[in-house]
Amino acid sequence: MADNISIEEIIKPENLVYAKTGVMTDNITSYCPGCGHGTTHRIIAEIIEEMGIQSETIGVAPVGCSVLMYNFMDIDIQQAAHGRAPAVATAIKRLLPEKFVFTYQGDGDLAAIGTAETIHACNRGENILIVFINNGIYGMTGGQMAPTTLEGMKSSTSPYGRDVAMMGNPLKMTDIVATLPGTYYVTRQSVHKPGNVRKSKKAIRKALEYQKLNKGTCFIEIVSNCPSGWKMEPVESNEWMEKNMFPFYPLGDLKVPAE
Amino acid sequence: MAKVRGAIVVDIEKCKGCGVCVVACPASVIELSPNVNSKGYHYAEPVNHDACTGCTNCAVVCPDGVISVYRIKN
Repeated sequence: MADNISIEEIIKPENLVYAKTGVMTDNITSYCPGCGHGTTHRIIAEIIEEMGIQSETIGVAPVGCSVLMYNFMDIDIQQAAHGRAPAVATAIKRLLPEKFVFTYQGDGDLAAIGTAETIHACNRGENILIVFINNGIYGMTGGQMAPTTLEGMKSSTSPYGRDVAMMGNPLKMTDIVATLPGTYYVTRQSVHKPGNVRKSKKAIRKALEYQKLNKGTCFIEIVSNCPSGWKMEPVESNEWMEKNMFPFYPLGDLKVPAE
Repeated sequence: MAKVRGAIVVDIEKCKGCGVCVVACPASVIELSPNVNSKGYHYAEPVNHDACTGCTNCAVVCPDGVISVYRIKN
């Protein structure tokens, strides 16, 4: 079939089908190339734009790579002490119940120093969304072993691999909170492939809609990569994640509301 | 028969050359450039223009949101 349309004819404003959302700022993210943080930020921003809740959303970013989130998302963001994001989000949501409140935490934050805050916020059924980025490592501080590090996985503080006899077992936070009566919707997703990004986006949107209906805590784990911490190329780290992280942290819903 | 044609525009200066879009593209449109941007990253660029269907997979998976996608029905 003859096809003589030039690229210039396609690249016109009226043909635009996808561009970065205006809820993301123009700042270049501080994340390493290929890091799932950037993708997750973007899909949260896209949902905020689609739902038209830019001025009604408050994010809480604690300590970790996500600490600079306020530079990249054009919404209200409150900083929290290490691990304390669910406690801060509890206060914000109780004082401003009409706002959409979410926390954005890594595994070194949520599953280590913030374990107590996370479990109690979920157990109280605080009406917030917790987004949990799990890459099995302390990314920001140099790739140290985290509670979520897999058995045998190498990190800068477990150079011969995590020895379970000495260092304990990896912690499945999402499975734990799914057993608590306060949680309403608990799911585990990823953002390494287009299909997974779309599924994660749907899950986050659902969670924010549940929040509007005052249903309780929604908890979304995003199994992600850490190319720098894992010492891998970005694409290689995604393949490694599929092969090693997903068998231990299987993707899918852990708790869905009864319709 | 209508044929869908697409095109992408990469914000070269913001691209970090991670290559996630290269493997996400079902039509093998994108490659990492032999040239670098001012930060030294081999940025992504469309090389196989005619194969692009504007499916948005590359843009959806881009951690830095540097890809814009255009699509027309021919």
